[in-house]
Amino acid sequence: MKIAESWLREWVNPNLDTEALGHQLTMLGHEVDGIEIEGVGIEDVVIAEVVEVERHPDADRLTVCKVADGSGDTVDVVCGAPNVKKGMKSPLAKPGVKLPNGLKLRKAKIRGVVSNGMLCSAVELGLGDESDGIIDLPEDAPVGSSLVDYLSLPDAVIDLDLTPNRGDCFCVLGIARDVSALTGASLANSSVDPVPATIKDTHPVELVEPAGCPRFAGRIIRGIDPQAKSPVWMTERLRRVGLRAISPVVDVTNYVMLEYGQPLHAYDSARLQGPIRPRLAKSGEKVTLLDEKEVELNDATMIIADDSGPIGIAGIMGGLSTAVSDHTTDVFFEAAFWPQDFMAGRARAYGMHTDASLRFERGVDPDGQARAVERATGLLLEIAGGAAGPLVVDSAKQHLPLRKKIRLRKARLARLLGLEIDDQKVQTILEGLELGVKTVKDGWDVTPPSHRFDLEIEADLIEEVARIHGYDSVPEITESVRAPLTSVTETRIELERVAETLIARDYQEVVTYSFIDSDANTAFTGVESELILSNPISSDMSVMRASLWPGMVAAAAANMARQQDRVRIFEASKSFHGSMEAHTEVVRVAGLVTGPVVPEQWGDKGEDADFFHVKADVEAVLSLAADANEIKFVPARHAALQSGQAAEIKRSGEVIGVLGRLHPALAKQYDLRRPVYLFELDASRALATHAPIAASISRFPAIRRDIAVIVDNAVSADDLVAAVASSAPELIKDVRIFDIYTGAGIEAGRKSVAIGLILQETSRTLTDDDADVVMAATISKLQDKFAADLRD
Amino acid sequence: MTGLDDLVYAAASEIDAAADLAALDAVRVSYLGKKGQLTARLKSLSQVPAEERPAAGQEINKAKQAVQGRINARRKVLEAVALEAKLAADAVDVSLPGRGQSIGGHHPVTRAMVRIEKIFRNAGFGVRSGPEIEDDFHNFTALNIPDNHPARAMHDTFYFPGGHLLRTHTSPVQIRAIAKEGVPIRIIAPGRVYRCDSDQTHTPMFHQVEGLVIDENVSFANLKAVLHQFVEAFFERKAELRFRPSYFPFTEPSAEVDITWGEGKWLEILGCGMVHPNVLESAGVDAEKYTGYAFGIGIERLAMLRYGVSDLRTFFENDLRFLRQFR
Repeated sequence: MKIAESWLREWVNPNLDTEALGHQLTMLGHEVDGIEIEGVGIEDVVIAEVVEVERHPDADRLTVCKVADGSGDTVDVVCGAPNVKKGMKSPLAKPGVKLPNGLKLRKAKIRGVVSNGMLCSAVELGLGDESDGIIDLPEDAPVGSSLVDYLSLPDAVIDLDLTPNRGDCFCVLGIARDVSALTGASLANSSVDPVPATIKDTHPVELVEPAGCPRFAGRIIRGIDPQAKSPVWMTERLRRVGLRAISPVVDVTNYVMLEYGQPLHAYDSARLQGPIRPRLAKSGEKVTLLDEKEVELNDATMIIADDSGPIGIAGIMGGLSTAVSDHTTDVFFEAAFWPQDFMAGRARAYGMHTDASLRFERGVDPDGQARAVERATGLLLEIAGGAAGPLVVDSAKQHLPLRKKIRLRKARLARLLGLEIDDQKVQTILEGLELGVKTVKDGWDVTPPSHRFDLEIEADLIEEVARIHGYDSVPEITESVRAPLTSVTETRIELERVAETLIARDYQEVVTYSFIDSDANTAFTGVESELILSNPISSDMSVMRASLWPGMVAAAAANMARQQDRVRIFEASKSFHGSMEAHTEVVRVAGLVTGPVVPEQWGDKGEDADFFHVKADVEAVLSLAADANEIKFVPARHAALQSGQAAEIKRSGEVIGVLGRLHPALAKQYDLRRPVYLFELDASRALATHAPIAASISRFPAIRRDIAVIVDNAVSADDLVAAVASSAPELIKDVRIFDIYTGAGIEAGRKSVAIGLILQETSRTLTDDDADVVMAATISKLQDKFAADLRD
Repeated sequence: MTGLDDLVYAAASEIDAAADLAALDAVRVSYLGKKGQLTARLKSLSQVPAEERPAAGQEINKAKQAVQGRINARRKVLEAVALEAKLAADAVDVSLPGRGQSIGGHHPVTRAMVRIEKIFRNAGFGVRSGPEIEDDFHNFTALNIPDNHPARAMHDTFYFPGGHLLRTHTSPVQIRAIAKEGVPIRIIAPGRVYRCDSDQTHTPMFHQVEGLVIDENVSFANLKAVLHQFVEAFFERKAELRFRPSYFPFTEPSAEVDITWGEGKWLEILGCGMVHPNVLESAGVDAEKYTGYAFGIGIERLAMLRYGVSDLRTFFENDLRFLRQFR
């Protein structure tokens, strides 16, 4: 919310300069987003009258104006504004004047015509962010006078970021109250002298839904001058805080809202049909609003209706059918109290956030309606004349909020803040906030005024005391901690350790979005996601990912496009599965490798990473938690992977992950030309472990025996190794495949596998004879099981 | 004996002239080998009269020793030269880069998060996590943000059909942790959070660390101390903090915290406050007996300040040229 400093100072005038005032507002909890000072650097701009307007002889869009600047003469000024017209009063910057935008005016020829200065727009004078022509000043603006004097400038416009709990602060009065409480500067009297009725007319109001509208203040004013204009002091204030002047009736309602926080509505009373009844809408009822849009209502919405049906949505916007116009002479003012419960979420539901809805949603003073109408009446009569009927306030008292008494205990205050505040000081703070205070034995009984509906419990009062006393005054005290020792588990490997392992193997961590494109998710998982956002930021971020791969592949592709030929990345984060009714979140560790195994370097051929390079990384990670013999890589089919280079990773029979080469069709989609390898592990399953149990190490030497066997290509290394190991499980400590050969000398469809066996006994030194026996058994097993031929 | 000195002299000059170990060995053979000249002298001793033999033999042996000694000395020299030559041939260009794998790195957000975790762990905080697809109750209602509360508008929530949502803050972990562990409690909860907002200074996903301490007699003064200590620990320097009144439905009093950055500029880094009694009570905690504080820290903001990152969006572009700066 924007607030003009001069307006605020009319209510409370602390001995602080603008910057210090801004700081205090921030420290009150009304964060200052910015302060803009208007009217500096335009001291020499004067008010001028356009006496004559002629088309520029050489330019269609320009005019040549004869302008009176108060000196008695007229000067020629070339003007490009579309709104310039004879008789208009507008700011004139004469040659020699420098404008805030840096423009220095000179007497200059514009397309052959001498221009003695410039008629200025609001933007050119730093008095607005937009303009559609030169400023059109009121007719009574004194020609020749200084513009800043006329507009009461300079003034600071302070932009406040107000918190939603302080609905009472969405007005000058509310901010002024807080400033007064903090600084002790006195607050102007907020009551309004009643405007006596001079006619008897009233308009009937029936509170048929008293819970939704427990108070309605109304007043008829007849015979206003439809030609009247709002005074410049009012339109200037409205402008500074971002509102356009429209007509005295509308300007007055806006002005009172900005000043007292109570939104008002003005009806053309001639267009009202029968009594006004604030009620809940019937589902499907329609109303056309001031913005000329027709809205279909739901039955949770309070509306204002007359005999014709709905004539406005309560607290949001009035209806078109009863709106005031240029011809309106009889006005009916409404200031209603719409409780927050009936306002919350309504503006959002209709997509209509208005100055009124902003305030009603956050709450307005339930006692402020009569005052607002009195103030509006006084202003309107002053500006546009007319005769006021009596103020009529209909109330349903049982539905009006009551401010409860709250006990504030000294001990609790000190305990929650960690600070003892002097009793007298506490009382001064509370009273400064206009709270009713009564001292009791252990503290104070505090009754908030009607506008402080945010104060409900003791903690709220503690915050108020702390806020005014200053958060700065609270000391820093390190708490004493009861912290028994806790275990450091060895039942799982921490993600951090996995990350360090991958990082040591040259993987760079990435963070990709949890929501991805639905088609990508399906392409990578083979399953259509059911976890679809109702309001995604964009269609390519619309479903919760069931795999980390799509984001990572996209990241790899983006990097390749930026000339990175080697990408090794990992991510440790969640994937999302199942349906909305039964969804799970699984922490995964996923990796992607493409390009050379090692960075380009001398003595390396620049070989691209293949399946087994990446498998080694996966095995390294798994080896942190699992014994090698628990883990199996089993050929598998996977939506995202090339068949024949895809494996499910099983741990003791349970699938814990996938490894393989990105399917060429997908690689092509992402414009990835080199082979891409991917892995993904389910962290909780892959990383569960136990503390290692040490086995005794044999003191006797080991014997190594190597054999080479020729078997069918289909025989897996896993099966071969398992068969070898099982041929003498007591003695064979390790089995290693150290070469695979196909080609010359080996018939097609078969391969030669060279296997090394490490034999060892724990109680004695093995002899060659012992080894010979094992080898014979091994060879015969391989012959039986795989029709293996021994290779010489 | 005639000519022995000449022989030794000749041998010496041949030994000194030997250019390598092979040439030296040839010299050795020619003097000391089976058919060598000195060996021949020894063999010819038999022709020497018996009474002169011992003296003559001594002479020859002396000559042999002299020659052998000279050969040994020369061998050492030649061996040293040969080693030198071999080592010279083995010399490498030590300025060439090392071979093999390089090293990767953490994402800067994780890097910051890991440090934050360590700082709090060291002070006895437990680390907890919670679901990212949350329900309305944990994300809002239990945090004293009822339906249609205006604070909900501040959250720009991503919804799923049927009422689930993506958590907008890590605060729901407070509720889950209290329900599971009871009080006293002293935890942090780092993780991803989501807001339906995307522009220069907002990404629809970012990271927070929630902090929650509930015990008897926990005060706002304690909160001020822990956050001041945290900021100084994180930035490894003295820091000035400004606690400014603010509003969060789940804390009362509430504050936003600014730190000084650059030339006297205040920069907001986190929100915090004393746990609202409604939150305690809805979690079944006796709000008379227990008090607590909570805070929520935006990790990206801290990482940006710590690592000089000027554009938030860089964190999620995963440009390796950017990421490789974080080893």
